[in-house]
Amino acid sequence: MGRVWSILFLTVPIFGVWTFVSAMNDWWPMSGGSFAFSSGHWFPSLDVSDHVKDHLFYVILYLTGVVFIGTGAVLFWILWRYDGATNADPVVFSHGSHALEVIWSILPAVVLLFIAIYQMDAWAGARMRRPTMADGAIKPPLCRVTGRQFEWRIQYPGEDGRLDTPDDLHVLNDLHVPVDEEIVIEIESMDVLHSFFLPNMRVKQDVVPGMRQYVWFHPVKEGVSDIVCAELCGWGHYKMRGRITVDNAAEFDRWYSAAYAEQETSQFSLPEEEE
Amino acid sequence: MSTTTIDSHTQAAADEMTVGHFLSTYVFSKDHKVIGIQFLFSTLIWFVVGGMLALGIRWQLAWPWSDMPIIGGMLFPEQGGQIAPEFYTVLVTMHATVMIFLVIIPILAGAFGNFLIPLMIGADDMAFPTLNMLSYWFMWPAFFFFGGAFFCDGHGAAAGWTSYPPLSDMTTSAPSSGAAQTLWLLGVTTVGVSSMLGSVNYMTTIIQMRAPGMTMFRLPLTIWAMFITALLQAFALPVLTAAGFMMLADRLIGTGFFLPEGLVVNNSPMAAGGGQPLLWQHLFWFYSHPAVYIMILPAMGMVSDILACFSRKPIFGYKPMVYSICGIAGLGFIVWGHHMFVSGMNPGLGMTFMVATMMIALPSAVKTFNWLGTVYGGKVQFTTPMLFALSFVSMFVIGGLSGIFMAATPVDIVIHDTYFIVAHFHYVLFAGTAMAVFGSIYFWFPKMFGRMMNETAGKIHFALTFIFLNGTFFTMHILGVGGFPRRLADPYHYPTFSHLLTMNQFMTVCAICMVAVQIIFAVNFFYSLFWGPKAGRNPWRANGLEWQAPSPPGHGNFDFQPIVYRGPYEYGSPETEEDFYPQTMPPKQDRDNLA
Ligand code: HEM
Ligand SMILES: [Cu+2]
Ligand SMILES: [Cu+2]
Repeated sequence: MGRVWSILFLTVPIFGVWTFVSAMNDWWPMSGGSFAFSSGHWFPSLDVSDHVKDHLFYVILYLTGVVFIGTGAVLFWILWRYDGATNADPVVFSHGSHALEVIWSILPAVVLLFIAIYQMDAWAGARMRRPTMADGAIKPPLCRVTGRQFEWRIQYPGEDGRLDTPDDLHVLNDLHVPVDEEIVIEIESMDVLHSFFLPNMRVKQDVVPGMRQYVWFHPVKEGVSDIVCAELCGWGHYKMRGRITVDNAAEFDRWYSAAYAEQETSQFSLPEEEE
Repeated sequence: MSTTTIDSHTQAAADEMTVGHFLSTYVFSKDHKVIGIQFLFSTLIWFVVGGMLALGIRWQLAWPWSDMPIIGGMLFPEQGGQIAPEFYTVLVTMHATVMIFLVIIPILAGAFGNFLIPLMIGADDMAFPTLNMLSYWFMWPAFFFFGGAFFCDGHGAAAGWTSYPPLSDMTTSAPSSGAAQTLWLLGVTTVGVSSMLGSVNYMTTIIQMRAPGMTMFRLPLTIWAMFITALLQAFALPVLTAAGFMMLADRLIGTGFFLPEGLVVNNSPMAAGGGQPLLWQHLFWFYSHPAVYIMILPAMGMVSDILACFSRKPIFGYKPMVYSICGIAGLGFIVWGHHMFVSGMNPGLGMTFMVATMMIALPSAVKTFNWLGTVYGGKVQFTTPMLFALSFVSMFVIGGLSGIFMAATPVDIVIHDTYFIVAHFHYVLFAGTAMAVFGSIYFWFPKMFGRMMNETAGKIHFALTFIFLNGTFFTMHILGVGGFPRRLADPYHYPTFSHLLTMNQFMTVCAICMVAVQIIFAVNFFYSLFWGPKAGRNPWRANGLEWQAPSPPGHGNFDFQPIVYRGPYEYGSPETEEDFYPQTMPPKQDRDNLA
């Protein structure tokens, strides 16, 4: 039986690696099984210039993958080799090895420290180094997104470039941004916590009532994708869905004027139900 | 339970079993073994409840808004058997709450801590038996608070097991934020009281009541882990309790610790202000990060004991094992911010917490290598407890490695609050701790009840659980990389996630099978309780003191004064002919002198 159990434990790294590799390479849809997985079980498409987070993910994936396969293989071999039913050698009566302990403390420590330091620049880029204008001043936000149970209220500053003035454009759940430009968005909450999650832009930031925060990203692909709320905000959390449309500059302007014109005719009332 | 647990003072009156005697022996007992077994049965019952709640979640994710078979009509007649969105948030909240506060924490410290500590250190009971009894009976208010929440408006608390304000702080923010949320807070507080009473007792007992010769470095690793866990509890719990009272005050008397100015909730403006929602997150995680180690260190200790016993070999690197338990505990207090990388916390602080979190993976790695070193070169006996212990090692590696992804702040931006996190903590808590608990039940069942559990049924239980748990939880990593968010009743109406439905159906089928397989365990458990073969004192030929006591041990535990001559892991020592060397057996030259 020892052999069977060793092999059962060997299936862990085998199936583990197989699952990741087939998801990465889009080897699904699996044909034949009763569960026909569709394709695309990996990162949502990357619509921003910044691929550094994906890169960091892969670095960790490969480093941890080596450890995962290594420990799995060692466990298998030990169980196979030292099965009490077949192993005739006397037990190795050992209480440990100082040299080994030192090696397997220092080595992971160095790798872990390397991983931590290697992340720092990307983190600063995502959260600390806010994009600037040509003259070095920090870039003002394109719009403000306010989370509210269970919708995203979006407010563009209009001609005067200032929020909360009469020429603001108010839209609901429908964010439009121009392509090929650093986009800065001010995010806030009116009531409880929400999280402003743009899977395709690799952006996620909790919105906290009473705190004004900024997120930024640089879209390079035109198209429509999702705004997801990623922080439990009440019974309707699942339906707090918005849409982000990346347009070229001309298309963006056209949309903006049309939306503004429509708002003017409906006399500043906030569009309540759209979707 | 057998009749040997008879209080010596009432020995004479034992023939006429009075009600009072029955109550003091089996119900309000101060005997650590009875209390441990009470904890064990209570937590196993809640384990069933928690499992059912989990199936509710899985049902909704696989077949959203469709009628639940069999029980749906009973539970939600008003929706025609469907899970309502607000009830889905109850499910995720109460599943986690039950599993963490009513199952994992009390089964490790309450059941195994209570049962094993005095036996393994050679004491006749805990230092404070009355306190010990109270620590169990303080669980009952918690059972009623959490259970009662299901019968309030909203049918249970629904702000997540993390209960982030303002959602949890305002009585108007959701259908469940009235009485149900208040009861949730009271429940967490009473569980805390119970844990605190237990911790004080464990620390005192381990420091004061060890048998002659039982030095700190001759303690089994289980006891070291219980000791450090008790320390963690004692230092972290007061913070959670204080935070709980602050939130109760916010809710009941209108303070505003966690509420900022100018909130408008459900179209009604809030009066209080001047507080900060992030304050709760800091206080909560200051407890709850150490708590995740409270939920695994005892399991690591018990796994170490099982691995050494069935490898017939000393534990590899005993002292490094002890130091890494201490290292995990120490670092555990300075990493709580890794739960808050995207919360709005100062990003500079995020970097600090990232480095500390990376470093906490180090002692975990050291422990894993030492476990492998323990099995290496041994004579492995593939008993049921051993299989569960080996699976702990294999699965903990996965949980530890996924931790590194989330510790990396930029990567965490992408995977935070997705199924990647859900995968991580199920690998450490279910595939790790719960599997170790199963192994420990199989291992110490003979000592608890004097009878053996069935090995064949145990192995079938192990193999099927192991396969289905990986089918359920491994795929969660892939979902998480795809961005699939947690706690969402219906993610499929987002075009980004709609194609992930079939994978969820596969996972749900695995989860249903996994739960069904536990019936094998339940039958084995209850059958063996009454009809299992008699165990004898030391069925596994193990070294620990508990195995020198009768099975089950009577009141006062030992029928001789245990004297300890060596550590608990001297398996395969050249000094004896047997392949084990009990801690109480005098050294060879003493035996020769006697002869
Ligand atoms: C190798 C060591 C570990 C590291 C580096 C690590 C790291 C992390 C990080 C960074 C998070 C936050 C992820 C996020 O929310 O974005 C997390 C979450 C979590 N970890 Fe770990 N972890 C480790 C071990 C453990 C262990 C041993 C346990 C439990 C026994 C555990 C239980 C949890 C739980 C329950 C959560 C999720 C809490 C929630 O948001 O509901 N972790 N871990
Ligand atoms: Cu939400
Ligand atoms: Cu943590």
